[in-house]
Amino acid sequence: MLHAFSTLLGLQLLGEIVVRALHLPVPGPVVGMLLLVALLLRRGAPPAWLEPTAQGLLRHLGLLFVPAGVGIIAHTDLLARAWLPLLLTLLLGTMLTLAVTALSLRLLLVLTTRRAPPIVEASND
Amino acid sequence: MTELWAYLAHTPLLWLALTLATYLLASEAARRSSNHPLCNPVLLAVLMLIGLLQISGTSYATFFEGAQFIHFLLGPATVALAVPLVQVIHRVRQMALPLTLALGAGALAAIGGTMLLAQSLGLDTLTLRSLLPRSVTTPIAMGVAEQIGGEPSLTAALVILTGMIGALIANDLLRLLRVEEPAIRGFAIGLAAHGIGTARALQLHAEAGAFATLGMILNGALTAVLLPILVY
Repeated sequence: MLHAFSTLLGLQLLGEIVVRALHLPVPGPVVGMLLLVALLLRRGAPPAWLEPTAQGLLRHLGLLFVPAGVGIIAHTDLLARAWLPLLLTLLLGTMLTLAVTALSLRLLLVLTTRRAPPIVEASND
Repeated sequence: MTELWAYLAHTPLLWLALTLATYLLASEAARRSSNHPLCNPVLLAVLMLIGLLQISGTSYATFFEGAQFIHFLLGPATVALAVPLVQVIHRVRQMALPLTLALGAGALAAIGGTMLLAQSLGLDTLTLRSLLPRSVTTPIAMGVAEQIGGEPSLTAALVILTGMIGALIANDLLRLLRVEEPAIRGFAIGLAAHGIGTARALQLHAEAGAFATLGMILNGALTAVLLPILVY
């Protein structure tokens, strides 16, 4: 667990350094995750010492959003003043995004599997 | 009693413990309701904690002194998302073209839909610009909001609300649309409702969680590039 946690924090730190050095518009942890993806792909599969810690953190991912979620109370005046247009924008906009993404992906998957010949595994895979 | 409160009010331990306790309680409620969307543990815990802060007259800054230790774990947890992602990488490669095109359609729907709705419902420009990046993960959204002239702290609140709404409605909406495949459901939830949606997808199905992670990352990257260009 110590090994796994050090790896995760080390990659996050590396990500933060890369983001600052290259002035990237993405958060450091996201770069850290991409670095871990690259490492794991070279290795083939996640090592046995990493998986329990990673899965353990992710099983309680929701908990980690609670402190930021409570931050909504800093904006109670706006929420009280414009709650209806805000709620409608958030609700309808999210429904639209979910529907467009899911339906277009499903349609595209149907189209590509119908047209493409049976996939032959690439040799450099 | 007042002496005890004077101690408790100034130690980070109290709100750290209460954040964990409310979340455990909320998770238990979610489990007993077989993960009913209205029993979303994030939503329930946030509501309970806001209630406790109001009753005790505690400021968000005091609360955050304790809760920051949990907040901090978002960083390593984000890095850890690589693990489920790598487990589905083979399927991601097979679906690369459809995923890329659906990403473009979803990102434009998120931005365009928000712009049209906010304008037609009469929200002011500052609120509109704070709303635009609301589908992407908080740190990216706050950075983008600053770039396009929004208010980053307001964006953070709207991002969280979007995530909770997404987690709340995604499953029923996608069932209504007859989208059953966990990969497609997950991708849509992660794209539309970032980390909170991803947490919900992980709760439902491991593969859905992995594709939610993918949707979240890709939309975060695309929106960070696209939104400043679209606004100017």
